[in-house]
Amino acid sequence: MTGTGKSALEAELAVEATTDVTANVEAPPSRWRQIATTPIFITLAFLLFLIVVFSLMAPGKFGTASNLSQLAQNVAILTVVSVGTTFVIATAGIDLSIPSGIILGEVFAAQALGHIPVAGGGMAIDIAATDTTAFLILAALAASLAGGLIIGATNGFLVAYMRIPPMLATLGTLGAGLGVGLLLQKGVNVATYALNPVATGHLIPGLSNLVLIAFLVVVVGYIGMHMSVFGRHTLAVGSNEEAARRVGLMVRRHLLKVYIIGGVASGFGGFLSLAYFSTTSVGGHTTDNLQAITAVALGGTSLFGGVAVVLGTLIGVWIPAVLQNGFIIVGVNPYWQLIAVGVVLVIAVWIDQLRRRGQNRR
Amino acid sequence: MTGSDPAPTLSQSGPGPSTAVPSLEARSIVKSFGTVRALRGASFEAYPGEVTALVGDNGAGKSTLIKVLSGVYPQDSGEIVVDGKTVTMGNPRDAAAMGIETVYQDLALVPDLDAAANVFLGRELRRLRVLHDQTEMRKQTAARFKELGVGLVQDLRVPVASFSGGQRQSVAIARAAMWARHVIIMDEPTAALGVIQTKKVLELIEAIRDRGLAVVLISHNLPEVMQVSDRIEVMRLGARVARFRRGEADVERLIASISGAYANEVTA
Repeated sequence: MTGTGKSALEAELAVEATTDVTANVEAPPSRWRQIATTPIFITLAFLLFLIVVFSLMAPGKFGTASNLSQLAQNVAILTVVSVGTTFVIATAGIDLSIPSGIILGEVFAAQALGHIPVAGGGMAIDIAATDTTAFLILAALAASLAGGLIIGATNGFLVAYMRIPPMLATLGTLGAGLGVGLLLQKGVNVATYALNPVATGHLIPGLSNLVLIAFLVVVVGYIGMHMSVFGRHTLAVGSNEEAARRVGLMVRRHLLKVYIIGGVASGFGGFLSLAYFSTTSVGGHTTDNLQAITAVALGGTSLFGGVAVVLGTLIGVWIPAVLQNGFIIVGVNPYWQLIAVGVVLVIAVWIDQLRRRGQNRR
Repeated sequence: MTGSDPAPTLSQSGPGPSTAVPSLEARSIVKSFGTVRALRGASFEAYPGEVTALVGDNGAGKSTLIKVLSGVYPQDSGEIVVDGKTVTMGNPRDAAAMGIETVYQDLALVPDLDAAANVFLGRELRRLRVLHDQTEMRKQTAARFKELGVGLVQDLRVPVASFSGGQRQSVAIARAAMWARHVIIMDEPTAALGVIQTKKVLELIEAIRDRGLAVVLISHNLPEVMQVSDRIEVMRLGARVARFRRGEADVERLIASISGAYANEVTA
């Protein structure tokens, strides 16, 4: 045996030895157990269970393509908004101002259309759906996004730079935003058909544009949260803000961006709402924030930050909708839906808590 | 001896300085917080391939000195010298850019992210500019952990929250080792650990030292300090009072230095 061969061998052994010393950790739980106790698995199983049960109880009614596609349209706007708020909640924040983001989105778009004259006299807001143009749609979209941006940037500034707790900051912008919407509309809703093609058209045959848009938002949200550096930093800020700061992340600027995402998603939701319902709704949307937070929490995103599941949010949007729709179809008083969603929400959060406690036990 | 000794104020009854250029050096650092003078002319040297322990009682100024050396606090006066060059540090990023990494006492890991995400946090490898390259980051992390003998690679996908304290400390140290080119500063890395975990961390420190980095170790555990350190510097009342090479000091002499009963260095 040569000297170099021996020392190489010794080095190899040394590496082995140190590796072994530190490798005496508990065996990880089996892969199946891990998957089966993942919150998203539980909620997905629950959703599928509901769909199967309602399909069996109301054959030919619940499980039909038309009912399911109607459901998909019903939840589309909430989906868009909830994907945005998933980012906010991932930072251990909360956004109660979603309704004002939506309403400013609607009102700003309506105001923009109300100030753009069209050929043949009158304003764009009064034209028929068939007379609309890409320019008008884009102008309304820009106005909606600007409305959401104002709410989101205000939230972000208050939370990140003025250190106001998110719940209070967004409670403030909730009220203030609703007030601005009411002032701009003088308390009266306005109807417009100019944006209808956005929601009711079919770019892909058989798939409503509204559903297509919601699907695209989920895809973008998924990439943004789970595949991008931005999403990773979002989770880091939510999990341990101080650690994020010490590795040099610009924590405050990042929080500002996250709240802007939440606000812009709400503004976009307002744009879709105006397109779908053909009217503003300055007195409406009041529980959209709670519905979005419910969806996010049901989906396995932790309200304590650091853990987010964008596809879970999609499931979380569907569970209350399926319950409501299913109860109506099978003849159960739909008020039961409120109770069922409440119970499911608490159980989902409880399971998440158990999992985290188990994780941090050592 | 030519009689032109440039540092007549230094008592040489202690260790002579190493022949190498210090990787990190503090010269007569003064730092006050209001009326409190936390550092009154503190000096310190850490050499490549050595573990330098910084010991002293609570309030001796160790943590303040470390924070000055890692860019957290600016000094009021005095110089920080990296590889023989005087530098200015405005924030921790400056220190990181000079190859100096600090492992803080309270870990500073992100519990919900996995080990690789923590190791690369803020310096993610990217694809298409905005996406992170998870596979490559995990691969490099696994390789580096293996190199350092950190054996927790059983699953790089689980969040570090599920790791034991020793494993988490290993991740924090491995992260520092991965990015530090010159100096790793560790503030009480074993303070919260059990016996076995402490042993692993000390082995890790030695492995990093053997790779040629300068390791600065702050610890209150004197037997541990004597076991792992090549040099020991003792601080008292905001300045260095004694220096020892490996084997020169026993626990009693260290305690005497810490308490002020012994000094081998003339302080300003």
